Amino acid sequence: MEKRILKDDNDRVDGILKVTGQAKYFAEYELPGLTYGVLVTSTITKGKITALDTKAAEKAPGVIAVISHLNKPSAAAYEQEGGSQMKIFYTDKIFYNGQPIAIVVANTFERATYAASLVKATYAKEDFNTDFEKALKDPKAKKLQGQADYKRGIENAYKTAEVKLEERYFLPIETHNPMELHGIIADWRPNNQLTVYAKTQGVKATQGTIANVFKIPMENIQVNSEFVGGGFGMALRTWPLEIATVMASKHIGKPVKVVITRMQMFTMVGNRPAAIQTIGLGANKDGKLTGITHRAYGETSTYENFTEGVVNMAKFMYQCDNVNTAYAIVPVDLGVPIWMRGPGEATGAFALESAIDEMAHALDMDPLDFRIKNDPETDQQKNKPFSSKNIKEAYKIGAEKIGWSNRKNKPGSLTEGPWQTGYGVSVGVFNANRGKASVKGILKADGSLLLQSATSDIGPGTGTGMTLIANKLMKIPVNKITFELGDSSLPPAPSQGGSATLSTVGSAVNDVCVALKSAIAELAANSNMDATANFVDVLKKNNLPQIEVTKESQGGKERDNYSMYSFSIHFVQVKVHALTGVVKVSKIVSVGDSGTIVSPKTARSQMLGGAVGGIGMALTEESIIDHRYGRYINNNFADYHVPVNADVPEIDVNFINKPDPYINPMGAKGMGEIALIGFSAAVANAVFNATGKRIRTLPITPDKILA
Amino acid sequence: MINFQYLRTTTAKSAIALLVKDKNAKFLAGGTNLIDLMKRGVTAPEKLIDINHVPLKQIELIGNKIHIGALASNSAVADHALIKEKLPLLSWALQAGASAQLRNVATVGGNMMQRTRCGYFYDTEMPCNKRQPGTGCGAMEGFNRMHAIFGTSEKCIAVHPSDMCVALTALDAEVVVANAKGERKLSFKDFHRLAGDTPQLDNNLKADEMIIRLEIPVNNLAKNYHYLKVRDRASYAFALVSVAVAFELSNNKITDIRLAMGGVAHKPWRLTASENFLKGKEATLSNFEQAAQLAMKDAKGFGGNDFKLKLAPNTIIEALNLAKSKA
Repeated sequence: MEKRILKDDNDRVDGILKVTGQAKYFAEYELPGLTYGVLVTSTITKGKITALDTKAAEKAPGVIAVISHLNKPSAAAYEQEGGSQMKIFYTDKIFYNGQPIAIVVANTFERATYAASLVKATYAKEDFNTDFEKALKDPKAKKLQGQADYKRGIENAYKTAEVKLEERYFLPIETHNPMELHGIIADWRPNNQLTVYAKTQGVKATQGTIANVFKIPMENIQVNSEFVGGGFGMALRTWPLEIATVMASKHIGKPVKVVITRMQMFTMVGNRPAAIQTIGLGANKDGKLTGITHRAYGETSTYENFTEGVVNMAKFMYQCDNVNTAYAIVPVDLGVPIWMRGPGEATGAFALESAIDEMAHALDMDPLDFRIKNDPETDQQKNKPFSSKNIKEAYKIGAEKIGWSNRKNKPGSLTEGPWQTGYGVSVGVFNANRGKASVKGILKADGSLLLQSATSDIGPGTGTGMTLIANKLMKIPVNKITFELGDSSLPPAPSQGGSATLSTVGSAVNDVCVALKSAIAELAANSNMDATANFVDVLKKNNLPQIEVTKESQGGKERDNYSMYSFSIHFVQVKVHALTGVVKVSKIVSVGDSGTIVSPKTARSQMLGGAVGGIGMALTEESIIDHRYGRYINNNFADYHVPVNADVPEIDVNFINKPDPYINPMGAKGMGEIALIGFSAAVANAVFNATGKRIRTLPITPDKILA
Repeated sequence: MINFQYLRTTTAKSAIALLVKDKNAKFLAGGTNLIDLMKRGVTAPEKLIDINHVPLKQIELIGNKIHIGALASNSAVADHALIKEKLPLLSWALQAGASAQLRNVATVGGNMMQRTRCGYFYDTEMPCNKRQPGTGCGAMEGFNRMHAIFGTSEKCIAVHPSDMCVALTALDAEVVVANAKGERKLSFKDFHRLAGDTPQLDNNLKADEMIIRLEIPVNNLAKNYHYLKVRDRASYAFALVSVAVAFELSNNKITDIRLAMGGVAHKPWRLTASENFLKGKEATLSNFEQAAQLAMKDAKGFGGNDFKLKLAPNTIIEALNLAKSKA
């Protein structure tokens, strides 16, 4: 990475590269002899390919190869039976509409695109179902247990409570839609040497997946992914389209680049699965929760199961002796889903945090008071104390900033002309993870520090966070510290997911810095220098151009003793137009309780992005399928509505910024997920407060307000 | 990619001459819709005649009419002092459309010629009578939340997506079109068609004709006006329902009024009955409500768009309220 000119130590280290176009994303690598692949996709939803006519495509100008199940390019693992994942080009089965069935490689992208349109498939069609709700109602449709049932105390205790409610919540499919399209460049060389330029949240995961499929050693594969234009979870696995590209490169002996279309982003790289949830809540008249039941159904594919933590939050977020949860998945004829920011917890929080608001209303209590009254001192699920939790303080900060005192408990109380104003609050929570990672540190006599790890940065500012950790420990100016990532040859680190990178890799940076400092101290002592001597002087005195240390770091027994979570509180003010049903989020205050804030600017940006994603989840985003055809209707940026600037008010981001004493040396907990989790419920709750209308089906579009 | 011939010309006359030579030729102006349609395989012209260099970008007052060249960009029209002063409704409608980037390249003529945004029209794997007559209407029993409630046919329930055209319909604009023999003028409200039995035809422009300019009479409606667009997000989304309104108010009495709706029909929908009702009446909420109900005569929903039966009159009322409050 080039040297940066920073105005402020907290600036994003790669900010200038990004805004000046110097940051190089996977699709921008121009390899000698590069060829271009375009995927042909199925136009039926279920069945078999009975014939595939590739002749016209093969004869089209510039075409190098057409690869499909007919010529099955070698992929050792796919030649064996079994395995749950789709084996691209090793099956004639169609599992969903838009499934890649062939790849056309040509010497230009345009020629490949044209030739791909000439490939004609003939199918034997079978009956299918892409409608999740229909599958749920169908007693014959498969339902699989997604997570072990959980029970604490009495099952369904809510049913006998003094005050009870039972409501159903629906979340449609959402598609991640990062700005950067997905794809890969694969360059398979003789002797099974492979270099790939990927869009991935984990270079080591990509390397491992490819090694497994092609049965070649990991070290033969070099994965590069320095910059990623957004992932939100969709780049957490190596998709069939990527394997297809590697196959193509191996087959033709040339580098192949594939960049899929926006439409293909809806069918080839997963999505947030639809979910239907039922929440039962019981409370006594004083406002103490006496029963929580959370049952959820999530959508999955027919060829691979996908589960996520939809019902996790209900087990510990509120003080309640009687809790039971169940989670099942329902296969439909769609592509397999994948985690999308916040993942299942965001899905679950929409239902639970809406229901909590509904219960507060049923009790005629302020929903904030109700939450505070039921705030647990310890984690009842794990029966452990929380490592740190400052929820009550966060409630207080947020309430003051949003002007919660202006809120009226009676819905529809604040009107100004046709606009009705409402306030809503919700909590977000996510496991504060810490995994295992290695970092190499090279301290140089020129005063610089180079840190290396095979981690990723899909946007949160990994390099910036790591640099600031080292800056604080080493007292080396930030512009003298470089953090290298996105390269599979660097010391291993896990994929960037589950809000764990700062905690995991940051700890290894910490350990490397501590080790480097002690190495310098030892050198200083051995060369009769003062213990506080500058490392440059120490290295020079010892005629050392540099010293290097590699450390592997992971958590210890602290997790046996404490329950570790990150928390967020979202306060929103909305204005709802009584005549047109338009909902405007007019004010946002988010409070993060995620331990020490290591990198204030990028942490704030995370919260901003979470709020914007939350507005999308609450008000605009929905991937719509015509179930008669099994095809998406709104698979483009004009019709799949990601919030635009005009939808987003000023967002007031606050942090508790108190170290967690146990989780890691920085005291920092992850926050990528909590920025989004719960947000949609805060909006739904505010809409209720504004209008008295409880919308339990997202997104809250004008038609639902008018209904 | 499917090859096509690219031609460029600098006069309307030569553009028309090139057009008539080839049945499968199309004019290329801003290209903001045409290029998408080509990429999706919805249309595959063999010739693209680039008319961006034809000098038809004028915006001028001639006599009592404002002339706008067919190739004036949407943003040039929206930001023009003459338009802002004399036809602010048009300026507002334009600014409600698309995004700043699109408005900068999209032209007036292209805006009129844009195709529906119905998802079935864009997906060549699904039925659509507009794209491929005889294949059926995918939206009729499918996803029709965005679709028409007025003037629908059994063949097609698509809507015209333009905001600009709604304002132009309200403003009694005229369209001047030309073929090799000369010019003709048609009323803007007659430019676009209902789907009827020929949903493949969006408008009454003949195959040998080119849009030359708009002529819009200057009126007394520049004070109490509003363009209200209800959509799923605050910008860069097509209208669920939009209403263009402008009226002349004298002692709270409406002496002249224009009302048109977008997002509800295969063409911009002029609300003549509501106009006639309100003319000469007080600008009161009760009158607005009655006018809105009159507008809904013969409206029909198809399931997903039933909400428009409520949203449309509400939007009319709110647009009238907002226009009145400009006083």
